[in-house]
Amino acid sequence: MKKSSREKKGKRRWPGFIFLALVIVTYCILFILSRENVYRSLKVSGNILVNLIPVFIVVILFMGISNFFLKPKSVSRYLGKESGIKGWFIAAIAGILSHGPIYIWYPVLKEFRQKGMRTGLLGVFLYNRAIKIPLLPLLIYYFGTVFAVLLLIWMIIASLAEGKILEILE
Amino acid sequence: MNIGKNKKKEKRRNIFISIYEAFKNFGSAFPIFLGIILLLGLLRTYVSPQLISSIFRGEIFVDTLLGSVFGSVSAGNAVTSYIIGGELLKEGISLFAVTAFIVAWVTVGVVQFPAEAAILGKRFAFSRNLLSFILSIAVAIGTVMMLRMIP
Repeated sequence: MKKSSREKKGKRRWPGFIFLALVIVTYCILFILSRENVYRSLKVSGNILVNLIPVFIVVILFMGISNFFLKPKSVSRYLGKESGIKGWFIAAIAGILSHGPIYIWYPVLKEFRQKGMRTGLLGVFLYNRAIKIPLLPLLIYYFGTVFAVLLLIWMIIASLAEGKILEILE
Repeated sequence: MNIGKNKKKEKRRNIFISIYEAFKNFGSAFPIFLGIILLLGLLRTYVSPQLISSIFRGEIFVDTLLGSVFGSVSAGNAVTSYIIGGELLKEGISLFAVTAFIVAWVTVGVVQFPAEAAILGKRFAFSRNLLSFILSIAVAIGTVMMLRMIP
């Protein structure tokens, strides 16, 4: 029994390593074509990684704390099938307030999903991550206040539409 | 007194176990993160803003569609999309295309797709990204149309 679960875990780990290996192979091919561009790409990637380390730490702590406090029962109450309108509201606000690149939130969301989070709310959370309150001044600077307000309204509406459609498709 | 102390100790231990579990879960997704970060490096080196601006032609629907396509395949911080979007606008690219570009930049993730599919499921990742792509066009058209209606 134990062996089969270990085998399963091993199988689940492979796609990640295969993906990384494919990227490394791409780098090797490009290295033959243009060393300079590969060095530049590695420098850009290194900078991204360094900038992300603090965000990684915050996310791990967030996951740990949510593991401790959020039991499947509470996740399904606030974000599960019986969450109602409140659930949509919580998912939208959580998406707007969350920080860091989208992909570092995937493991957190996977855990929430395993604890009973609705698929539609997962979609709402991910879509609303596009709205970043601290970045609003920059959006206003480039495109104006009216544009920024209209865009935010349209994006919240789109997030709810996406959530609903994802649930229908499920 | 002792029972209270033991409870506190147990609680603290459980928090550490939860954080350790989170670290392990996060670590198992790390090869994917590393792959994405390396891909982002390539994307930023090979796809320049000049290359993007040379492709737009001035037709509303085609430009909006192109804006969504470029936003989808690009990735990174939303700030970068605002800066590129703002610069594209200065170069005369339509607001429809620029809006679609910045919306798709943050809502559609072609580069992150392998990670999303591996962690949240292929079906979910495909439906979400496809829907986000279609919605980026709708949001761009809706926002800019409404903006033009406001005196």
